[in-house]
Amino acid sequence: MTTLVIAEHDNAQLKGATLNAVAAAAKIGGDVHVLVAGANARAVADQAAAAAGVAKVLLADAPQLADGLAENVAAQVLAVASNYSHILFPATASGKNVAPRVAAKLDVAQISDIIGVESADTFQRPIYAGNAIATVQSADAVKVITVRTTGFDAVAAQGGSAAVEEIAAVADSGKSTFVSREVAKSDRPELAGARVVVSGGRGLGSAENFKILDPLADKLGAALGASRAAVDAGYAPNDWQVGQTGKIVAPQLYVAVGISGAIQHLAGMKDSKVIVAINKDPEAPIFGVADYGLVGDLFQVVPELTGAL
Amino acid sequence: MKVIAAVKRVVDYNVNVRVKADQSGVEIGNVKMSMNPFDEIAVEAAVRLKEQGVAQDVVAVSCGTAQSQETLRTALAIGADRGVLVQTDVALQPLAVAKLLRAVVQKEQPALVILGKQAIDDDACQTGQMLAALLGWPQATNASAIDIDGGVARITREVDGGLEVLELTLPAIVTADLRLNEPRYVTLPNIMKAKKKPVDIETPEALGVDPASRLETLRVEEPAARAPGIKVADVAALVDKLKNEAKVI
Repeated sequence: MTTLVIAEHDNAQLKGATLNAVAAAAKIGGDVHVLVAGANARAVADQAAAAAGVAKVLLADAPQLADGLAENVAAQVLAVASNYSHILFPATASGKNVAPRVAAKLDVAQISDIIGVESADTFQRPIYAGNAIATVQSADAVKVITVRTTGFDAVAAQGGSAAVEEIAAVADSGKSTFVSREVAKSDRPELAGARVVVSGGRGLGSAENFKILDPLADKLGAALGASRAAVDAGYAPNDWQVGQTGKIVAPQLYVAVGISGAIQHLAGMKDSKVIVAINKDPEAPIFGVADYGLVGDLFQVVPELTGAL
Repeated sequence: MKVIAAVKRVVDYNVNVRVKADQSGVEIGNVKMSMNPFDEIAVEAAVRLKEQGVAQDVVAVSCGTAQSQETLRTALAIGADRGVLVQTDVALQPLAVAKLLRAVVQKEQPALVILGKQAIDDDACQTGQMLAALLGWPQATNASAIDIDGGVARITREVDGGLEVLELTLPAIVTADLRLNEPRYVTLPNIMKAKKKPVDIETPEALGVDPASRLETLRVEEPAARAPGIKVADVAALVDKLKNEAKVI
């Protein structure tokens, strides 16, 4: 029994989500291999080789793998799939893009967003926006799985010394082409891995008002997040969205400001260790999950809180 | 060209579902059902392509029980030209749906299939990608913009950290993200017109697909409840709690 973890990276840096997926692989048992498919991605392979618990790193390095096109990456995974009992992807935008393609080609069911491993063929996963947890058992020969990163503590990035083996890259599918990427620049920690998250909702009222959260986030060393309402209203960029259809976060501290707490938002943050809600409506559902709630006008409370820290 | 939009009947997104006492699933009898919100966006996108003159024929397809006809009627009221229902009482998982859709696609020969990015009941986020794989077509998931020019679809995707743009050679599969469009409200005259539009009924047997589940659900439970919280009086009390009780700052 050997598990293959597909690395998430940008050709220069191994993303933290990979280390959470390796942790899930370790729970399944057996050897853990990591596949790095990219272009000029040797540094990523070396980082993966240093991760605790990794026995071997496969590196497929070619220009057609540079941008993570689903067609090419899936073909690369399939080229080595026969050696593995489990194939794990982090449940990130790219992992969710590629994993089902691999599963369908192998004619197996895919298991999405697991948060627990009961045995080598039985896993827990949330359904209905996290309002129910299903335990599912797979009878397929190969288990193709995406791992919810907040469900598993990352393995150490250092301490391992796996060998890196170069493998032949698959040919370009020729059916899709990468055109461009627009990455939002930010000096703040990455939302999905942040220790503290400060999130704003419709209660902020405008994109201009959203800046009231900046000093608070700076004081706390926090990532900024947003509810869907705030994103749809244009107060915050899309990739800040926390919720069922946005990012799933589980920081030590989650501060929800002007967020009512719709089911879809709670699905993205209710596993946070400590939740603080600041809202002027004492009946807002967010108070139902908050450890500490403060009823008040956020335009007074947020600056006051920033000052008190 | 012809466009297929795939739609699923799900528990309405506003319903707070309850887990059944015997842990066999969630309570969906007597619960309001609706079209999956992402599928509404997919249908809207297909209808807009028709209104732009890019698509000539929009076919809405659903797989599920006889009640899924209602969901198809909603798609027809939004503006789809006709419907196809693959009717079965078997609980369908994404791989089975992808195989059923492949069979429908092979019959209909569309240039583009648009699906929602995920269904809000099983939260699987698989069907579009699986369909693309089974057909050997290119895919663009989480689309926030679709631009068709000749035989090429230029798709803007929402990814972690921002946006990316891909070009796909048609035929292709696209899954719709929230921000692709704002689905229109269906009006009463259009609901009446939708009743006259044709809906073909297919079965998995006729399509030569075995819809049986590959994953067995052993049990469904409530998530662990959070300990009840408290309301604090002011900012000073909040900071004190965070520092001394929760010790997170």
